[in-house]
Amino acid sequence: MQTDELIDLLAADVAPVAKYAVVRRLALGAGAGTIVVLLLVVSWLSLRPDLARAVTGAFFWIKAAYTAALGAAGFWAVERLGRPGTSATRPAGFGALILLMFVLAALLQGLSLSGPARLIAVQGVSWTVCTRNIVILAAPLLVITLLLVRQLAPTRPVAAGFAAGAFSGGLAATLYGLHCPEATFVFVALWYTLGVVISGGIGAALGRWALRW
Amino acid sequence: MDELESTLKPLMLEGLNGDAPAHARLLKLLSERLRAYFGRRLSASPDDVEDLVQETLLAVHLRRATYDLAQPFTAWAHAIARYKLIDHWRRCKIRATAPLDDVADFLASDPVDTDAGLDLTRVLATLPARQRALVEDVKVQGLSLSEAGLRGGLSEGAAKVALHRALKQLAERLRHADR
Repeated sequence: MQTDELIDLLAADVAPVAKYAVVRRLALGAGAGTIVVLLLVVSWLSLRPDLARAVTGAFFWIKAAYTAALGAAGFWAVERLGRPGTSATRPAGFGALILLMFVLAALLQGLSLSGPARLIAVQGVSWTVCTRNIVILAAPLLVITLLLVRQLAPTRPVAAGFAAGAFSGGLAATLYGLHCPEATFVFVALWYTLGVVISGGIGAALGRWALRW
Repeated sequence: MDELESTLKPLMLEGLNGDAPAHARLLKLLSERLRAYFGRRLSASPDDVEDLVQETLLAVHLRRATYDLAQPFTAWAHAIARYKLIDHWRRCKIRATAPLDDVADFLASDPVDTDAGLDLTRVLATLPARQRALVEDVKVQGLSLSEAGLRGGLSEGAAKVALHRALKQLAERLRHADR
């Protein structure tokens, strides 16, 4: 086929493109994924029995804000990395700053505790399952996000995959807060963060081959 | 360089608003740039140049929603061309790297003679009969989309959707064509 013929063909396929087409597509996927993860939390893990009382406390929201901010940084980075010729420095910096601030708060809290109390804060009641649960909850979101990013044009597939995983992990961890009763900076900074980072790592590994176009 | 940007970006914006002639002109100007860009990097396998030009044009067209209006158009197009070049080398198992700063090279280039893309012709033949007939009618007979749709018993809207799907199929199959 001649290139000029191809160009005529492509010109026959011109429809207006909405200005926010990329963000809207990603947001729709995130919405659908949120519903799936919520159903998983309710059916597989169940809501925490004291949820009505927990939402009146500050830490429930601090925890949610931390993981939601990590997810938002991931979403922002996905939106950037899905576009050729753009850089994700700012979303990456935002995510790193949020993470550092929370880890710093956890260090201060940890240092203020005596030895045995510190161990209790580290282990909580669910340290053996927390990270695993977050990674599992993030999986459906990650699949949806990778499929959507594949439709964009990621020229750095590993970075885009990591961003997709961090977004999925952050959102999943936020919804996991509806089940998990843990309420210390130390616990969340360790096991929640690990869940988000592992989810990002899985995204990066999958992105390497899934985000080719 | 600024001249190229100031020619191409308005065409891109008009194309995004649904202006087909502007889009065609953009792709035509871009194809000349791409041919020279790939030509200099594929001097060992000149037969691949036109295939790569066509694969890149398809990608630019199908993924144009990813263009950020705040961004220089040439930066966006260069990133796609570079990605397609590296992908091509990877598929051919050639160890070579495209320097990140070859954008200047991408901007300054002279037109080269054109050949037909062999891969696209080959891949077109593998499409389902209805899609292939639609593409052939628009491409070879020069029919408008509504006329071509009519021949295949499709409404104009259905023909639009069918053509878009066919182009996506072509792009996907083209990636695997030279393996």
